[in-house]
Amino acid sequence: MVLSCQDVRKTFGPNVVLDGLSLDVGEHEVVALIGASGSGKSTLLRCVNLLTEIDDGTIRLDGEDITDPRADPDAVRQKIGLVFQSYNLFPHMTVLDNITLAPVRVHRRPVAEAREQAREWLQRVGLADKATAYPDRLSGGQQQRVAIVRALVNSPRLLLLDEVTSALDPELVGEVLTMIRDLKGEGMTMVLATHEMGFARQVADRVAFLDKGKVLEEGPPSRVLGDPAEPRTRQFLARIIEAGRL
Amino acid sequence: MILQHHTPSDIQRGRIAYRRKQAIRSVLLAALSTAVLGTLLVVLITGAPGWDRVRASFFDPRIARKYLPAILEGLWLNIRLFVVCAACALALGLLIAILRTLRGPVFFPVRTLATVYTYSFRGLPLIIVIYLFAFGIPGLRLQGTPSVTVLGGAAIVITYGAYLAEVIRSGIESVHPSQVAAARSLGLSYRQAMRHVVLPQAVRRSAPPLLNDTVAMQKDVGLISLAGPIDAIRAAQIGVAQEANFTPYVVAGVLFVLLALPLIGVTDFVTLRAARRQNAGT
Repeated sequence: MVLSCQDVRKTFGPNVVLDGLSLDVGEHEVVALIGASGSGKSTLLRCVNLLTEIDDGTIRLDGEDITDPRADPDAVRQKIGLVFQSYNLFPHMTVLDNITLAPVRVHRRPVAEAREQAREWLQRVGLADKATAYPDRLSGGQQQRVAIVRALVNSPRLLLLDEVTSALDPELVGEVLTMIRDLKGEGMTMVLATHEMGFARQVADRVAFLDKGKVLEEGPPSRVLGDPAEPRTRQFLARIIEAGRL
Repeated sequence: MILQHHTPSDIQRGRIAYRRKQAIRSVLLAALSTAVLGTLLVVLITGAPGWDRVRASFFDPRIARKYLPAILEGLWLNIRLFVVCAACALALGLLIAILRTLRGPVFFPVRTLATVYTYSFRGLPLIIVIYLFAFGIPGLRLQGTPSVTVLGGAAIVITYGAYLAEVIRSGIESVHPSQVAAARSLGLSYRQAMRHVVLPQAVRRSAPPLLNDTVAMQKDVGLISLAGPIDAIRAAQIGVAQEANFTPYVVAGVLFVLLALPLIGVTDFVTLRAARRQNAGT
């Protein structure tokens, strides 16, 4: 198992956001988290990346307990990539500097080598001409692709994607999804919170439906999305279909 | 998109002609109202019963010429003092702002001291700080006490450092937490995130108010004359005493304004640019 969450609990004041959630992710597996707003998808991803401290339970990365208070969070985060809904690129840095910041400052790699690698990545995702541009010169889709590259140059064991297409104009969603599909082809282990049910069906090996801070139902996308067992899942999907998103 | 040649329609040509007419009208109106107000002011001041005496004691060209060299010489001290004080106050402000954001129990005393410092020196009048430093510290009769100029400069640095620290700290706090989250998610430590992600953005954002405080500092450097060194204001004061005429003060005042103009220009430019960037989208 690359990632293993057991009975994870997280509360914000009186709100129980994660209520004994358990989820396993195997090597090269892509798991899509679906569920209504507030069902705990984003919180779970932030907890896995130790940006949010859990209140109970255990999260293991490659069998190692990363929620142990003696674990070094910086070392753990170097092995986990996280991509945000709102890209969160650093506005005062060029695209190239955004990408090479962690390789140079955290992994202490030579600047020339890090830049070379960044340029290769940009070439691959069709953004070679944007290397010296600042983020505000890029479209949302381009910014998000840069944000994904920024996470990938750390060679993470696990990539977390938090509704990475939710802030994009519809015609820009495709370019980001294509990139994620390519990553799956290369065997990247990924957990993605998403509202794109069609995409979840295509790219995920497994879909987990989160409801009230628990995984209510999980399984192959064709079954969970096509023939859900739980009434709550059926209700959720019916609303999605009603909104024209499936 | 390729810009193609486009002939404006009749409606658009009409709009352009109308706007041009309105623009000319605005310029004429502005010129007229300025002329009226200017004339009124001149008539009011020069027509005042005491104008002749005021002119003689504040605007005497002979006295102005006589004391200009001495005042300029004093101004050179102000300029040097300003450059050194501005650099030191900025460094001190940055240091204090960073100390105030340090987390963890070890840093509690440092945080508290930094907070007490910014609270007290923003409240304390600069004149009192200069008196305390320039007259109090030499009174201790310690070996190697620096000159009053250095002590007065230190008073200015310490007072302005407190203001600049608060400006920078507000800049730090204005950087959205998602920026820190993004930096930490890449494996950067808190210190690295602060240094490479938060501080560069914070300093850029606080550049306009920092420059504004620097403009204020430029003239407050003149308060050093209270401690004794012969700067522009002190030189003017000597002239005032010798001639029983206030013209040297007016000369010094004009020189201070001229000195501040370039920095004020830079401040306006930076503020405008920052505003434009803020509006250019998030």
